[in-house]
Amino acid sequence: MSGFFDLPSDLQHSYLGLVGLHLREALLPVLAGLLVSLPIAQLCVRFRWIYPPVLGITTVLYAIPSLAFFVVLIDYFGQSETTVMIPLALYSLVVLVPAIVDGVRSVPPETLAAAQAMGFGAVRRYFQVQLPIAVPAIIAGLRVAAVSSISLVSVGMLIGNQGALGNMLWNAQTYHRPALAVNSVLTIGVLGVLVDAALVLVRLLLTPWMPRKGATR
Amino acid sequence: MNVLNFAQAFFSDSAHWHGYDGIPTRFVEHVQYSLEALLVAAAIGLPVGLLTGHYGRGGNALALVATAGRALPSFGLLVLMFIWLGLGMLPVMIPLVVLAVPPILVTTYEAIRSVDPSPVDAARGMGMSEARVLLQVEVPVALPLILSGLRTAAIQIVSTATIAAYVSFGGLGRYIIDGLYQRNYEKVIGGATLVAGLALVTLAVFWAAARLTVSPGVRRSG
Repeated sequence: MSGFFDLPSDLQHSYLGLVGLHLREALLPVLAGLLVSLPIAQLCVRFRWIYPPVLGITTVLYAIPSLAFFVVLIDYFGQSETTVMIPLALYSLVVLVPAIVDGVRSVPPETLAAAQAMGFGAVRRYFQVQLPIAVPAIIAGLRVAAVSSISLVSVGMLIGNQGALGNMLWNAQTYHRPALAVNSVLTIGVLGVLVDAALVLVRLLLTPWMPRKGATR
Repeated sequence: MNVLNFAQAFFSDSAHWHGYDGIPTRFVEHVQYSLEALLVAAAIGLPVGLLTGHYGRGGNALALVATAGRALPSFGLLVLMFIWLGLGMLPVMIPLVVLAVPPILVTTYEAIRSVDPSPVDAARGMGMSEARVLLQVEVPVALPLILSGLRTAAIQIVSTATIAAYVSFGGLGRYIIDGLYQRNYEKVIGGATLVAGLALVTLAVFWAAARLTVSPGVRRSG
């Protein structure tokens, strides 16, 4: 009788090793997505006419199934982690850009005027006033992006075992060990919930001025 | 330009337009799976979201359920259900419904919660029952947001319904999965293009639905 956490040796990772790999494959793209969407969102706030086409393009990208994305990218990056991470970064833009735009737009005009009256330049005003006030909205977007990224990594299993915890699904089928699939699904689910909770904590730390009521979304 | 060439090759091959593996057949199958999953998800998410939103209770529990639902991998669920339940439509529908319920649930709850309380109080003052307050005051005002939740769910379903092909069902995922195993990029890109196109059609349908059903008084952009 094999234990719940005993993995077939062809996975080449321990259980915790797979967890680490999974987190890296899921969260690095979200981080990259955040870094890219900050300037994009800023452009959308500054020039309003850019926003609808940007939303359109990201929505269409979002509609492309991850598997199709992976297969096309194999041509350029081989069956590697990069191939899995690029689509995830693109998907995270769909959630993050609107979240940041809404967050930055929600800053009251009086607040901006006050900052300006205090002699803040545009750059300083962005980093010290607009961005901090937008933090709750940005974190709300990050929560959705991070959790769905974590669950999507598993599809990478179909392209040469690049799915981290998702690779256990293939083993579950070939070795007829359903427990491996249960383990994979549950672990990914728990990871998602934990990362979500961690982001809520980050929000509480970053916005000490906000009331500490339960956050929805 | 690789991608465009592949897409062109796929769509200009007349073999892809006929028979049981033709584009029309696969397209109808895909729409059928997607509609079924969306209907089931809406039947679960809408009533629960409307009631919790109306009474303002259970928001935290709802957020937790939604996070858990989002965290479960659709593909993993598919494989697991396939192993447990064997070949059938149920293993395909379960992951799609789990995927679609959270956005419907959360957006509906938020939409009802964010309705301006003064018309709601006025309706109560006029002697409307709770059911009528919900259906005749809150729902019409919240409709744009509720529809946007359904739209998000629908687009995710359309994109994810491709996994049905992994357990031998049809739909547009057939081209993607078969293309992967045959190393036939034409097929993969053709399939992906069709799915993206269907997602655009879905967007258009929801835009038209919002135009038709949202009262002009509460219409706003988006």
